[in-house]
Amino acid sequence: MTVNDKAYIAGAYEHPTRLAPDKSVAQLHAEVALGALADAGLTRDDVDGYFCSGDAPGPGPASMAEYMNLKLRHVDSTEIGGASYTLLAAHAAQAIALGKCDVALITLAGRPRSEGMATGTAPRPRDPNQPEAGFEAPYAITTANGYAMCAMRHMHDYGTTSAQLAWVKVAASHHAQYNPHAMLPEVVTVEDVVNSPLIADPLHRLDCCVISDGGGALVIVRPEIAKTLKRPPVKIIGAGEAVKHLAGGTFDLTTSGAARAGPMAFAEAGVTPADIKYASIYDSFTITVVIQLEDLGFCAKGAGGKFVADGNLISGVGKLPFNTDGGGLCNNHPANRGSMTKVIEAVRQLRGEAHPAVQVKNCDLALAQGTGFQLGTRHGSATLIMERE
Amino acid sequence: MARKIDPPVVTAETKAFWNAAREGRLTVPFCTACGKAHWYPRAICPFCASDKLEWRAASGKGTLYTFSVMRRVKEPYAIAHVTLAEGPTMLTNIVDCDFDALAIGQPVAVVFKDTENGPPVPMFKPV
Repeated sequence: MTVNDKAYIAGAYEHPTRLAPDKSVAQLHAEVALGALADAGLTRDDVDGYFCSGDAPGPGPASMAEYMNLKLRHVDSTEIGGASYTLLAAHAAQAIALGKCDVALITLAGRPRSEGMATGTAPRPRDPNQPEAGFEAPYAITTANGYAMCAMRHMHDYGTTSAQLAWVKVAASHHAQYNPHAMLPEVVTVEDVVNSPLIADPLHRLDCCVISDGGGALVIVRPEIAKTLKRPPVKIIGAGEAVKHLAGGTFDLTTSGAARAGPMAFAEAGVTPADIKYASIYDSFTITVVIQLEDLGFCAKGAGGKFVADGNLISGVGKLPFNTDGGGLCNNHPANRGSMTKVIEAVRQLRGEAHPAVQVKNCDLALAQGTGFQLGTRHGSATLIMERE
Repeated sequence: MARKIDPPVVTAETKAFWNAAREGRLTVPFCTACGKAHWYPRAICPFCASDKLEWRAASGKGTLYTFSVMRRVKEPYAIAHVTLAEGPTMLTNIVDCDFDALAIGQPVAVVFKDTENGPPVPMFKPV
C-alpha cells in the first residue's frame, strides 16, 4: 500500500491574521476550515474525515468536530508538535487510500502572540508523568536553548558559522518582502542577523522564528473527487515520518528525524532530492533548516552551512528556492507550529499561485518538511512530497 | 548561581536516585543483563528491555558534548549535554564558571545544587 497517486490536496488556506486578540482558538480553527473548503469548492457537509493535533482545543478531535458540527467517519489527532501537519496530510492520504474517508479536513490554529506566551525562552509546562520530567525540568531547557545546543555542536563538528546560518534568514526575508501578510517584511543582511542580540548562544534574535497568531487548513480528497473540482490538482506522491530521541543517552544532535522520514518519502514518490523544484523547510530556527536540508539529502551531512550561503535558497537566485512565503522566520508561525504553512506554500507553488516575484518556473514537484517538539532532546519529523499534474 | 531551580519530579521509579543525590552521590542505572548504563533513569533497560537494573556509583566525571548560554533571561545560565565517563550523555547545567570560556569537549565534574523544596540536582563545572 502506498499513498502515491491515492489523494489530492484540493483546498489550502492560510489565515491572514497574525494577531487575533478578539477571536477564540476554536473560531480560528473554524475560519481556516471554511477558507480551505471554499478554496476547494467544497462545503462542510462534504467532510467525512477530520484531522487535527495538539493545538486543537479540547480532547483530540472531539471539541472541534462538535464546534464545526462535522459528521465524520474517520478522525486522527496524532501529535508530533509542529511537524504534525505534514504528517496528518500523509495520514489523510492513507485513510483515503484505505477507503476510510473521501474528503479530509486538517486544521491548525492558535494565539500564542495574543496570549503573551514566551514561546522560545521560557520552559514549557510539562506533564509530571513524562518519564524524563525529573531529569530535564530543573535545567530549564527551552525551545531556544535546546535548538541552540544543536547549532553549537553542528558548528563544532562541521565548522558551520553564524554567517552561514544567517543566510537562511536573509533568504526568507527576500521572499517575505513580497508577502503583504508577513510579520517581518523587511529584507535583512547577514550583518543584521549576526549583530542582532544573542538569545541562546549561538542563536541570535534573527535566527529565531516569529511568534504569531493565526492558522491554516488543508482539504485532501479522493482522485475521483479531485477531478470534479476547478482548482489545479496537487497530488500527494510520497510521505515519511519519524520520531528521534535521546536513545538512552546515546545520541547525536546534528542529525534529525528527517534522515529517516526523508528517504521514506523519496522512495515512495520515486524521485530524488535533485528532482525537487521547491522546498518548504520548517524554520523554527535557522539551524533547523540547515540540519533538515542535510538529512533530506539536498547536500552532504555537514555541508549545510555552505549549501545555504550566498543566496542559494533565494527564489530566482539559488539552486533550491525555499519558504517563498517568508517562512516561520519572517511570515507566520501560527500556534508555534510551522508545518501547516509549509504545505500551504508548497501548494501555492505547485498551482503557480505564489507571488510572481518568488514563483518557481515550471514548479511541478515540491517537498514540505516538518520538525516538531525539541531538536535538542526528542522530536517528530514528517516529510511530504507533492506533484502538480 | 542565582537562578531558582525547580525541584525534580520524584517517582517510585527514580526515588533511589534522588535519595543518593540528597547524600551528594551521583548514581547511574546499570543493566546487569547487557552491561550498559543508560540515561535518563528507568526501571526497564532501553537497550535490552531487561529489568535487572541496579544503581551504580558514577565517577562524576564527564565531557561537554554541547551547551548553550541562555542570554535573554534575568540570570543567564548554561544548558548542556554532558557525556558521563560511564557512557550515557545527560542533560544538565554547567555552573560555577565563566560561561564565555566554555568549550565542547572540555572535562567537567559533578556538583549538586539545591532546589526549592526538593532534592538537589546534579550539575557540572569545568575542571
